[in-house]
Amino acid sequence: GPAVVFDLSGSFQTHNLETAPNETTECSKDELWNMFELMYTMRRMEITCDNEYKARNIRGFCHLYDGQEAVATGILQALDEKDSYITSYRCHCIALARGGSVKQVVAELFGFEDGMTKGKGGSMHFYNKKHNFYGGQGIVGAQVPVGAGLAFANKYNTPPGERMPVAIGCYGDGAANQGQIWEAANMASLWKLPMIFCIENNQYGMGTSIDRHSSHSDYYKMGNHIPGVRIDGMNVLAVREGMRFVKDYCASGQGPMYVEMMTYRYHGHSMSDPGTTYRNREEIAFTRSTRDPLEFVKKCLVDAEFATPDELKEAEKRIRKDVQQQVMEAKESAKPSMDSLFEDIFAKDLVSRSGSEFPPHIRMPDYAKSFWIDGKPE
Amino acid sequence: TQVAVREAINAAIDEEMERDESVFILGEEVAQYQGAYKVTKGLYEKYGDKRVIDTPITEMGFTGLAIGAAYKDLRPIVEFMTMNFSMQAMDQVINSAAKQYYMSAGDLACPIVFRGPNGFSAGTAAQHSQCFGAWYSSVPGLKVVSPYSSEDAKGLMKAAIRDPNPVVVLEHELMYGVSFPMSEEAMSKDFVIPIGQAKIEIAGSDVTLISFSKTVGLCLEAAEALKGEGISAEVINLRSLRPLDRKTIIASAKKTGRVVCVEQGWPQCGICSEIAAILMETDAFNYLDAPMERVTGADVPMPYAVDLENASLPQVEDVLAAVRRTTYRKLAA
Repeated sequence: GPAVVFDLSGSFQTHNLETAPNETTECSKDELWNMFELMYTMRRMEITCDNEYKARNIRGFCHLYDGQEAVATGILQALDEKDSYITSYRCHCIALARGGSVKQVVAELFGFEDGMTKGKGGSMHFYNKKHNFYGGQGIVGAQVPVGAGLAFANKYNTPPGERMPVAIGCYGDGAANQGQIWEAANMASLWKLPMIFCIENNQYGMGTSIDRHSSHSDYYKMGNHIPGVRIDGMNVLAVREGMRFVKDYCASGQGPMYVEMMTYRYHGHSMSDPGTTYRNREEIAFTRSTRDPLEFVKKCLVDAEFATPDELKEAEKRIRKDVQQQVMEAKESAKPSMDSLFEDIFAKDLVSRSGSEFPPHIRMPDYAKSFWIDGKPE
Repeated sequence: TQVAVREAINAAIDEEMERDESVFILGEEVAQYQGAYKVTKGLYEKYGDKRVIDTPITEMGFTGLAIGAAYKDLRPIVEFMTMNFSMQAMDQVINSAAKQYYMSAGDLACPIVFRGPNGFSAGTAAQHSQCFGAWYSSVPGLKVVSPYSSEDAKGLMKAAIRDPNPVVVLEHELMYGVSFPMSEEAMSKDFVIPIGQAKIEIAGSDVTLISFSKTVGLCLEAAEALKGEGISAEVINLRSLRPLDRKTIIASAKKTGRVVCVEQGWPQCGICSEIAAILMETDAFNYLDAPMERVTGADVPMPYAVDLENASLPQVEDVLAAVRRTTYRKLAA
């Protein structure tokens, strides 16, 4: 069917730029449906994780992305799989969208063999090299210089003057004042790397609100001379259109750009955080009722006559069932073998999952149970 | 042919850059300045600024950046002007490089070299005189090598660059200018020393001296002096600190029954401590005729004044004293 033009006025603010993202965007029925379905799958997956965590089927850390779905979804629509993506520990939904499945994500959280990293990584460690997804990194901010390195490799591997694949490094407002981020930005700007510094501003660094952890709040201006765009991160169409503009700028060799996505996380920082001691329930409820990214995309579908409310209800039912089904399948998976403990310490080559090189000796808590490469102690 | 350690490292990097387009080097002053210690001399002229890259003085940033490039199968060599500054980047080295292959269950390798002068220099005081052998070699997922001679330096550097894993190369500033004879074989472009294998520098029967980096020289000096006392010392040059060549250490301890371990780093949780643990935990214990001795750097931050500095570092007399105790030659004294 024909594409419809959507109004995006008021969705963008720019810094150090002579041009700006388009304030309208064309979107077809298929495209919008795809975005809705992905976002709703993300939402259901994260809510399921919440329940499974409370049922004690998930251990350790678990950081949920509900509320922020439009950010990753819009970015992924604007970039393609030649572009590299690296993010923080709040990574389930990007793992899903970059070549993963609900089953693989949830099985990983259960610590099972069918998990995306075979039970080795857990919530903060998802990767998919084939799909140019590099984590899933657990140390706040550390993924940003690494992301600049992905951009460096893209430039290194592209003949001069040609358009480059870009790299995006996502981080939160809590990480945004880290020194290493500026170190990376300085080099990215100096060397004109196709790097997108993407701040997902969900208003809180753990439980500390921006006005208490940052001396300024215009994150899209944090690159100083580096241009920046602030985008309504609850509007998936604005994210997509804004990121097309950003990608175009970075890929053409003009250097990096800062992006600030204005978004919100419904859950607490992690599962141990009820998320209500440093903000109030009214604030969360107000955001849900006025800015929810899923309600927004549903409204767009209906307004454009791409869907009826009944069709949406039907789709939601189908997706809920599918997520449920995949979680059941994940539960069927086996625990990782004890042998896998000794695997993947060293690579034997650069081919993904081609088997490891074993160290000669791996000491176990009980020395007698250690691993020896030739099967016996020296 | 006599070759200085500096030239041997330079040749290794040059040969590997010539062999593989994906190899590049970055760090402070590696390009136009030719390296703070001239290890990268001539590389900028030969390979240009795409592959020989001067960085800002921001270790955490450029180390993380190099690691990201390695995730995408480039083979970066990160020069730390000295390993002391790598401490600013240690989170990246350990959390982003060493653990990555394991965390990703074998999806994401990180072929990268972290290199630079390690340990003490001369008169550089506490913040610029520290050995990171024990620190880095305690981390699963890293390989750590530390050359003594020019052959070591070349062969281990080439192995490090070709390895699909993160490898830390701990060089020594005071060895850069020292020349060693190099064999025909070691001069060839295919000369690679396997990581994880120690070298028996000289065979002996009465006592085993184990060390790495500059203090291998100290052990060789001591061995020479001990000859005059009728003591035959075996000298093991570890070459690799991770994986440690346990087989060679254990076999030698069993052969001589007496072990003295020497390092410039601090004593607590040092490389010598690890070797002591190996001897305690294995069959080698049953062959020991005396407790193992350690000769290590003093348990103090490095002082500046020359006499204090000398007193803080292992000297030949310290090694000889330990050997004499171990071999009972001075038991009565």
